[in-house]
Amino acid sequence: MLTTVGGKPLKEALAHAQSRAKRRAFLLVLPLLAFIVVSFIFPIGQMLYKSVSNTGFTISKDFGTGVSTPIMTNLAEWFEENPQGTDPDETAYAALAADLLVLRELKAPGQAGTRINYELSGSRSMFTKAARKAKKLAPPFKESIIDLDEDWADPSLWQAMRTASSAVTVNFYLAALDRKRADDGSVEMVPENRQVYVTLFKRTLILSLMITVICFFLAFPIAHLMATLPMRKSNLLMILVLLPFWTSLLVRTTSWMIVLQSQGVLNDAMVATGILADENRIQMMYNQTGTVIAMTHILLPFMVLPLYSVMSMINPSYVRAARSMGATSWTAFRRIYFPQTVPGIGAGALLVFILSVGYYITPALVGGADGQLISNLIAFHMTKSLNWSLAAALAAILLGAVLLLYWLYDRLIGIDNLKLG
Amino acid sequence: MALPLHTSTLERVWHYTYLTICALIFLFLILPILIVIPLSFNAEPYFTFTEKMLKFDPTGYSTRWYDLLLTFGMNEPDAPRDSSWWADAWNNAAWINATKNSVIIGFFSTVIATSLGTIAALGLSRPEMPGRRIIMAILISPMIVPIIITATGLFFFYSAIKIQDWGIPYLGVILAHATLGIPFVIITVTATLVGFDHSLTKAAANMGASPTRTFFKVQMPLILPGVISGALFAFVTSFDEVVVVLFVGGLDEQTIPRQMWNGIREQISPAILSVATILVIISIALLTVVELLRRRSEKLRGMSPG
Repeated sequence: MLTTVGGKPLKEALAHAQSRAKRRAFLLVLPLLAFIVVSFIFPIGQMLYKSVSNTGFTISKDFGTGVSTPIMTNLAEWFEENPQGTDPDETAYAALAADLLVLRELKAPGQAGTRINYELSGSRSMFTKAARKAKKLAPPFKESIIDLDEDWADPSLWQAMRTASSAVTVNFYLAALDRKRADDGSVEMVPENRQVYVTLFKRTLILSLMITVICFFLAFPIAHLMATLPMRKSNLLMILVLLPFWTSLLVRTTSWMIVLQSQGVLNDAMVATGILADENRIQMMYNQTGTVIAMTHILLPFMVLPLYSVMSMINPSYVRAARSMGATSWTAFRRIYFPQTVPGIGAGALLVFILSVGYYITPALVGGADGQLISNLIAFHMTKSLNWSLAAALAAILLGAVLLLYWLYDRLIGIDNLKLG
Repeated sequence: MALPLHTSTLERVWHYTYLTICALIFLFLILPILIVIPLSFNAEPYFTFTEKMLKFDPTGYSTRWYDLLLTFGMNEPDAPRDSSWWADAWNNAAWINATKNSVIIGFFSTVIATSLGTIAALGLSRPEMPGRRIIMAILISPMIVPIIITATGLFFFYSAIKIQDWGIPYLGVILAHATLGIPFVIITVTATLVGFDHSLTKAAANMGASPTRTFFKVQMPLILPGVISGALFAFVTSFDEVVVVLFVGGLDEQTIPRQMWNGIREQISPAILSVATILVIISIALLTVVELLRRRSEKLRGMSPG
């Protein structure tokens, strides 16, 4: 048996050295990995947790002292003892009255009402009103509470309170898919005039697909041109592709606003040359057209770069061979050249699609009402409606879709092959 | 591209049509960016070419919007322009403050992203690296995950750990921007390490150099162009980022993109165009630097004849 100078078997020594090399390589990566996990993976995980957990109806936190107090405990107990479908009786209303008193003391009727409001809009004020009068409530509680507002007898409200009484819920995912809980706890679609999210997901996918296809048709010819020109010239043209890539996103979006406005450069030019009458100026901004044009321009380099790197590797003698054997230039292109560019098309298309699905800035600025994408709605729920759990649920669905595509990209193309210029 | 003699008329026609199409696509790429430059010198508060501008009448052009950039937010913009006026501008002008914030945030996030990213890229490009694929996927993911999701996650995270109370200004935004810049550093540095001849480091070690010395004397000079372009990418990413700043930045943490964002959303003034022009010129300069670095790197690694 072969041994090292120290008398160790050679195999063992080699394995030892290899595992040490592995450890050393991993140690180099470790600081960054730890950084990304703490500053990126963990926050996103925390957000995902928010999408299935909302403590608005279970815990009240005093932000001054930091003390958390459980709320709606009596009601939660009643829900536990009485199964789904039980009509709320006097004990239920008594529990509610006791909980309203607690809410009043903790100054928390707003948060509890808001949580129910997510499930059943218009119910927030019922809580604030009832809590204000909580001290005056006297048995029989059922009558006195319904006296305040007859909506307290609404079975939908009791269903909403039942689901909200446990913090963990999938209701926000249901809402994000235009569904809700019926009074008996089953899942149903929301009325047609309130279906927003599925339409928006569909629109996001369709617009992204459209942008990807347009990017492909614009990128293919110029990538081909650059790949066939001599190095010096193609480098020059490459600069024209890379300049937009390096230019601030906001600058590019602003430029498109200037160009596309109804009093903007493009409309002015068309009116001046007589193509368009002054009163027929085309509305190209604050709608889907604006979003598609601006996003195509912004994402085009991501299609050109992978296409170019694949095309410049294609050996021109294959096409020449086909031509010399009698293929027309179209046949040679279709059967010989094009199939060799498919890896580049796949890489570019996937990248453009992934990036456009989650786009936010450009649609927000030039999209108007009907050019908004799903990201804009997430931002809306984060900053305006403050329904954070719904925002998190929408984000989780979007994230799922993006990660699926990302996985596909890694499988088909490999992340190592991602190039920037 | 000269056409061979045997091409048919149809092919000739197609060839020139094809060139025209390509030219139009290049115009589509470049014109919208360049168009802001002349418009930023508009004497009128319009976003389109006035008649005077088209006739190249000097009175149609002015630098008033650049002046507005400087004076906007100052205490006494109309005072005589002596040293105290300039001090006022330096301390109070909104765009100057935004620039300061952007540079500070960009600088620190670039330092974090570049140093951590370069070290990690060295580890990732070693052949013995375990779990390379999945780790790479995790490290690149900040570039892929929609920015709104990152911003939302960080908003919850930072408010849970109360980062605003830690007393370090800009900390939240700097860490977030470093995260967003890391994929670019990883990609550019690993690209320069592809085909890196590991016998060079072995030779250095063989001749008695310590690992640190080997790194600084052998590896570092070879990967430096990649590191610098990665750093530039990271800086530009931070310099251009608005969503995270909007979500997690404090009210006083105005950056250039945030100021632009507000300007575009509220009432768009041609002053935005002069900012845009300045940014375009900066990006042209950066692109030149990166292009030069890329050529140098290829030359160093013997990948092109030079």
